Amino acid sequence: MPRWGMAADLDRCDGCGACVTACHAENNISTVGPDQASRGRAKHWIRVERYWEGEFPDVRLKFRPVMCQHCGNAPCEPVCPTYASHHTEDGLNAQVYNRCIGTRYCANACPYNVRFFDFFNPSWDKPLHLQLNPDVSLREVGVMEKCTFCVQRIKAATIQAKAEDRKVADGEIKPACAQACPAQALVFGDLDDPESAVSRLSRSSRGSKLLEDRGTEPAVTYLSRQS
Amino acid sequence: MTHPSHSRINSDLLRPILQTSWKFYALVTVLGGIVVAALIAWLSQMYFGFGISGITWPVYWGFYVTSFVFWIGISHAGTLISAILRLVNAGWRRPVTRCAEVITVFALMIGAMFPIVHLGRPWLAFWLFPYPSERLIWPNFRSPLVWDFFAINTYLTGSLLFLFLPMLPDFAVVRDKSTGLRHRIYSVLALGWRGTPKQWHRLESGMAIMAVAIVPVAVSVHTIVSFDFSMAPVPMWQSTIFGPYFVAGAIFSGIAGLLLAMAVLRRVLHLEAYLHPVHFENLGKLLLVMALLWGYFVFNERLVTYYGNEPSEMAVFWRTQRESFAPLYWTMVIGNFVLPLVIMGVRRFRTITGCVIASIGVVVGMWLERFLIIVPALGHKYLPYSYGVYRPQLVEIIIAAATFAAMALLYVLFTKLVPIISIWELKAGEHPSPDLMPPGNEEHRLGELHL
Repeated sequence: MPRWGMAADLDRCDGCGACVTACHAENNISTVGPDQASRGRAKHWIRVERYWEGEFPDVRLKFRPVMCQHCGNAPCEPVCPTYASHHTEDGLNAQVYNRCIGTRYCANACPYNVRFFDFFNPSWDKPLHLQLNPDVSLREVGVMEKCTFCVQRIKAATIQAKAEDRKVADGEIKPACAQACPAQALVFGDLDDPESAVSRLSRSSRGSKLLEDRGTEPAVTYLSRQS
Repeated sequence: MTHPSHSRINSDLLRPILQTSWKFYALVTVLGGIVVAALIAWLSQMYFGFGISGITWPVYWGFYVTSFVFWIGISHAGTLISAILRLVNAGWRRPVTRCAEVITVFALMIGAMFPIVHLGRPWLAFWLFPYPSERLIWPNFRSPLVWDFFAINTYLTGSLLFLFLPMLPDFAVVRDKSTGLRHRIYSVLALGWRGTPKQWHRLESGMAIMAVAIVPVAVSVHTIVSFDFSMAPVPMWQSTIFGPYFVAGAIFSGIAGLLLAMAVLRRVLHLEAYLHPVHFENLGKLLLVMALLWGYFVFNERLVTYYGNEPSEMAVFWRTQRESFAPLYWTMVIGNFVLPLVIMGVRRFRTITGCVIASIGVVVGMWLERFLIIVPALGHKYLPYSYGVYRPQLVEIIIAAATFAAMALLYVLFTKLVPIISIWELKAGEHPSPDLMPPGNEEHRLGELHL
C-alpha cells in the first residue's frame, strides 16, 4: 500500500498561481465572486501564500503554496462526528462530502486553514458550467471541501495499473497542481518507495514540514529557499 | 422574616395559574413574535444558504456556538445550585429551588438547539444520533461533538426528572383547587399523588438520589462543552484549565440568571412575601464567591500563556488584551469581576437592586467571555496568511437575541402552568404540620426534611 505525499520546492516556486487555476478546473471548485471573496469566502484548495521580508523598498518576497497537508496525525479527523473526515489506508486525508453535515469543526481544528465551507450552492457563469470534470462530484451548500491530492487521478492510475498487473510507476500520477506547475516545484508520489522522486526530496536536508511542532505529521515537505 | 399563613400560600402561589390578565397575553405575543422572527431567520438561512450569516473562512464558529456555550452555562443555575442547596439542607433554599430548576431545563433546551442551528446541513442532524442504521454507520465516538450529544441529553433527562419530582405534590394541589379541563390535566400530571406517608418517603428518597446524581452530571456537561475547544489544536484553546474554568463560569452565569429571574418574578407576580431580600443576599454572596473563582481562573489562563510566550498564543493573547478585541475584553472583566466584586463585596450594596445590576453585568460578561474564547483564536491561527475577521450578520444577531426572548417566553408560560415556588416545600419548611410532612422518625425529624 503506497503512502502518498508531496514535496514543494520553494526555490522553484515563483508564485505564478497556475496550480490554483488548474486545481479549480480539475476539482470543480466554484468561484464565489468578488463580493463573497472579499468577505474571505474564496475557496482555493491550494493557495500561494505571499510573505514579505524586510522594510520597503528593501523587501524580499517569498511564496509558499499551501494545500491540505494530508497529515498522518490529522487534527481534523477525530473531531468529525460523522466520519466525513477520515484517513484512508494509502495515507490520504479523505473528505466524504455526502456524509458531511457541516459542523465545521474540522476546519477549526485544522492548523493550516485549508478546509473550505460551501456557503451557497455552487454555480458557474455560462459557459463555465460546460467545463465541469465528470470525475469529481459537486458539493452542495453546507459541506466542507478540501484538497484531495486529486484522488480521482490516483484511483484511475491505480485501477489501470492493477488491470495491467503492474505497480504504479513513479511520476505516473500527477495532481492537477503538479501537472500545471511550469517550474515543476510540486512533486507527487509514494513516500514509502525510497527510490521515488518525492521520497528523495523529502529526505533532503532542505526539507521541513509546515508547523511541524504541532505534531500533525504532514505528508507535504517544503524545501526551503536557498537563493 | 414574616411567614404567610397556610391558606395565603395557596392563594398567592396559585393566583398566577388560576387568573390571567391581558398583560399575560400581550407579553406572550411580543415574546412569541421575537421567537417566530428567529425561526424565520433560521429558515431563510437554510433557504438562501448559510452564507447569509457572518461565518467566514477561517472563523467558522461565531454567534451560534457562543449562544450554545452561554445557554448551556446558564443551565447550571438550576439543578446544580438547587441540588447543592438541598444536599447541605440550606433552609432558605425552599422558595428558590424551583425557579432555578426551571432555568436549567429551559436553558438546556435553548442551548441544545444550537448544535443543530449552526449545522451546514441541519436536515441531516440525526446523523449525530447513535441509531442502528442498515449500513451500520455509527457516529464517531472520538468526536467531542458526540460527547456533547450524550452529555446534554443525560443532563436534560436528569434535570427534567429533578424538576418534575418535587412538582408532583403541587400538581395535586392545583388538581384539588381546579375544575373542568384543568382538573383533568393536573390529575394526569399529579400521577395519582395523594400524599400518603409512603408517597412522601418515595419522593424524599427519589429527590435525595437525584440531588446526588445531578451534581457530577452537571459538572461533566460543561467540562465536555469545554472539550469542544480544548481538544482542538487552536492557540489559546488547547488548555488543561478549560474544564474547571468553564464549569465555574457556567455556575457563575447561572447564579446571575437565577437572580435576574427571581427579581422579575418577585416584582411581576408579587412574591415579596416569599422571595425575601435574604434570598438575594445569600445568592449574592454565592455570586461573589464565583466572581472571585472566575477571576482566579482567568488570571491563571492569562498568566501561564504570557509566561509561556508561545508566538501563536501570544498573537491571540494581545488581540484580546489590547488590540481589536480589547474593548470587549475589558467590558467582560468589568462585568464579570469588578462589578460583582464591588457591589456584592460591600454589604450595603448587597440589596435586590444591587444583585440585579451585578447579575446583568455577569450575564453580559459571560456571554462576551464565550465569544472571546471562540472568535479571536479562530481568526488568528498559526499562518498569518490565513488570518481572518468575523462580522456577525443580521440573521445571527436576530437568532442570538431571540434566545433571551425564548427563555422569557418559556418562563412566562411555565409560571402560568405550575406554581413557580414549590408550595409544599414552603409549607414544609415554614409551617411544619403533621398532615403535610412525612411522619417523623429517628432519621427524619419533623421540620428537617433531608431533601
